[in-house]
Amino acid sequence: MADRMAQRMGRPGRNTQNLLTRQPMTLPSFTLLAQSIVAGIFTGALYGLLGLGLSLSWGMLRQINLAHFALAFLGAYLTYQLASYGGVDPLLTLLMIVPVFFVLGVAMHWMLARFRATPFNSLLITFGLTIIIEAMLQWIWTADYRRLDSSYAEHKLRLGPLFLPLPELITLGLSVGISLVIWLALRRTDLGKAMRAAAEDAPIAAAFGINHQALALMLSGLSAALAGIAGVCIALGHTLAPSQIYSWIGVVFACVMLGGLGRPMGPLIAGCIIGVSEAVTMAVTAPSWAPLVSFSLLIAVLLARPGRA
Amino acid sequence: MRKSISLVVLAGLLLAVVPYLGLPAFYESVLYMVFHWIALATSWNLLSGYSGYFSFGHGAFFGIGMYTTATLASQFDVPFLWTLPAAAAMAALFGAVLGFVAFRVKAVRGELFALLTLAATFVVATIVLNTPIDGGPGVYLSAVPLPDIGPSPSGTFYLLALAAALLTIVIAVLVYYARFGTGLFAIHDDEDVAEVLGVPTFRYKVAAFALSCGLAGVVGGIQAMFVSYVTTGDVFTIALPLTVVLMSVLGGTRHWIGPAVGAVVITLLLYGFTAGDSAVMGKVVMGVILVAVILFMPEGILGWVMHRFGRKPAAAAASNPRPPSAIDGNAREAAAPMAGAPSAPGGRSGGGEVLLKARGVSKSFRGVQALRGVDLEVRRGEILGLLGPNGSGKSTFINVASGHFPASSGSIVFAGREVAGISAHRIARCGISRTYQIPRPFAHLTVLENVALPAMFGAGLVERRQAETEAWRWLAFTGLAERAHALPDDLNLHQRKFLEFARALAAHPQLLMLDEVLSGLTPSEIDEAVALIQRIRAQGTTILFVEHVMRAVMALCDRIVVFNQGQVLAEGPPAEVMARPDVVAAYLGKPMSGEAPPPASGAAAHA
Repeated sequence: MADRMAQRMGRPGRNTQNLLTRQPMTLPSFTLLAQSIVAGIFTGALYGLLGLGLSLSWGMLRQINLAHFALAFLGAYLTYQLASYGGVDPLLTLLMIVPVFFVLGVAMHWMLARFRATPFNSLLITFGLTIIIEAMLQWIWTADYRRLDSSYAEHKLRLGPLFLPLPELITLGLSVGISLVIWLALRRTDLGKAMRAAAEDAPIAAAFGINHQALALMLSGLSAALAGIAGVCIALGHTLAPSQIYSWIGVVFACVMLGGLGRPMGPLIAGCIIGVSEAVTMAVTAPSWAPLVSFSLLIAVLLARPGRA
Repeated sequence: MRKSISLVVLAGLLLAVVPYLGLPAFYESVLYMVFHWIALATSWNLLSGYSGYFSFGHGAFFGIGMYTTATLASQFDVPFLWTLPAAAAMAALFGAVLGFVAFRVKAVRGELFALLTLAATFVVATIVLNTPIDGGPGVYLSAVPLPDIGPSPSGTFYLLALAAALLTIVIAVLVYYARFGTGLFAIHDDEDVAEVLGVPTFRYKVAAFALSCGLAGVVGGIQAMFVSYVTTGDVFTIALPLTVVLMSVLGGTRHWIGPAVGAVVITLLLYGFTAGDSAVMGKVVMGVILVAVILFMPEGILGWVMHRFGRKPAAAAASNPRPPSAIDGNAREAAAPMAGAPSAPGGRSGGGEVLLKARGVSKSFRGVQALRGVDLEVRRGEILGLLGPNGSGKSTFINVASGHFPASSGSIVFAGREVAGISAHRIARCGISRTYQIPRPFAHLTVLENVALPAMFGAGLVERRQAETEAWRWLAFTGLAERAHALPDDLNLHQRKFLEFARALAAHPQLLMLDEVLSGLTPSEIDEAVALIQRIRAQGTTILFVEHVMRAVMALCDRIVVFNQGQVLAEGPPAEVMARPDVVAAYLGKPMSGEAPPPASGAAAHA
């Protein structure tokens, strides 16, 4: 019954941990430390990719989109389904996921804008959407853990003593590439400049002939498409369960806040900082201490520099 | 208020009979969950609903309560009931400390506060998980003896949860009707204004947070015993705070009973679905309800009901719905001689004692020097006009003197007391009151409540009933009595400006600072406002008057001070000052070489 809802909230199932042989409270070897840092960067890249869409819609549209995580898992499950039963290459699913999620994002923004939701109400509404999507996932794919067995998972590059698994490398590449492209687009293109102007002051931007409503729809579609891409990456490297949606929220929000709202490179950089500090914490102490790092960082940022928001 | 509490207690007593009716234990368990969620949602609402600081950390405080009980009962053999006060104390202490840190940072509001409290949940969870408090495997309480309160174990839990729910609701009612609650609702609408009107916002927020957390701690303690096995994974979830938020928002956060209504609806709904083996459907329904409520019923069930059946805010229902009979037609005359007002000192020279003395007051915003060493005196009983071009620092001076911004340096002595650097609510209690250039009424309080608030928190610190009696007087004084039960949004600009007046006056100020009260008014409205200001002065209130409408300045002011670029440029009788070439230059720019400065009689300079 009601308290069954309370049986959630683990930590993300990270398989990068498997690479480490943990010996709590002893000084880790150089290799172990280096491997933790690499693992941390890989995790951080996914944090950054997940955080990117969130940061853009929070910073530029003033919407706090909890459903971003649910969308990412929807993307992950779709990838899982298509790859496991349809034999589609996980990366090819992007061709389908990106446009579909773009439309989903546009629709969601249309609803939020139609009812003039305040930032806080957008948080509550998208939480409602998250519950609905989670229930849908559970209905279709059950609450059991699922794991995508793709050909990518078997490939591991070796760089000296370090292992670099291919799915993680793909995630890192996508995350860095997309963040850079969006950063450049916002700075250099007319469309990007118009978006930044509209985010700064929509009525004034409108007075200069910028159709800020259309831009907002586009941005929100982009944000949802990013959730879909992050979903593919989650499917490549992580175990899936509907309840896992919630386990990402805290740490990704920490990245978003730490990176500064609406800054495309922010989540990636902050994600790597948090990812590495978590991984090193895991290597030096025990894995269960990891959340302390990210959330203490978040609290420190909120208290020391609340103006970033 | 008495009626509400008696009704709640009566309902509680009736419900307390249930375990003795011999119903199947199943009913008791269902009702246990209902009471559990009522207590949690209502306790959350004490801070978050009333003051608008949505906490997502309720899981942490609930969890601290759970673990306090679990640890004390299982490891130290403390009797279960004795662990409950300890659970409350631990949770309240943690809430108070977190609040003390978080509320120091002004910008941590809204979604940032929500995130901060959410992050605190995970920090607590990690610490509990990795220390002997839990250590990983969880804590069992199955060996802890349960006191025989009810006729059966399930009956005992039923009664405990009922008691917790009752306690929480009674506290929620008490706070709702007390000065404390009024202050929290004002913080919800406009925290800065609340502080300037005398609400000790910091203290109130910390107190409400501690109270809210403490109650959640008690509920956690009971729940620990109920589930008899406590693990961090089950306790510190994001689902708990979100469920609590959902219940409160659904019921209506602006009323003490709202969260309870929401809790009953959601718990029974969820139960209906899980019992029918459609837990997934239950989730979908919960999600749909949340989305629909926010979109279509943002004020919750109770807000909707109140709108539907005549908007009568419960706070006002407890007091005077109509003006006291003494004050009606000739109220203006009745109001004038109140407070044993010494009438204005003779003549327009205003040579009274110094009421406010500013020395070397500076204020800089990062690089911008808004005030550079302002020296200024306001004498008791006078109307001092503060003039100057836009951006010369007039409004900044009012903001600094009222404590809205702290001064960067300098001293302001008011009635013999240094007020620079003390918090705004204490300045308000010293007897300084102000209006805002753009009216900033509390949007969710009626006009009457808006005006009663400063009387409750200002220099007088009177009780609600008396404050409302006074509010009626000020509403009559400003001509707003007919709109007393309207919401500020329903007033026109002219009325909103007068509401600002009434609110500032209700604090019984010795010094009233008016920040461009006439801007945007029509000429006839200006005449009315000028007459009003004259009536205010006639009661002995000293007025500091920032204005651009020269006609009014000339008609009202005994003395004027002209600011330019954050400094005092000139000071003296109005006509004399306005004729000075440097004052004219500050307003109109330097005259062209060879031309004589334009004749600047008071009537002509309508800047």
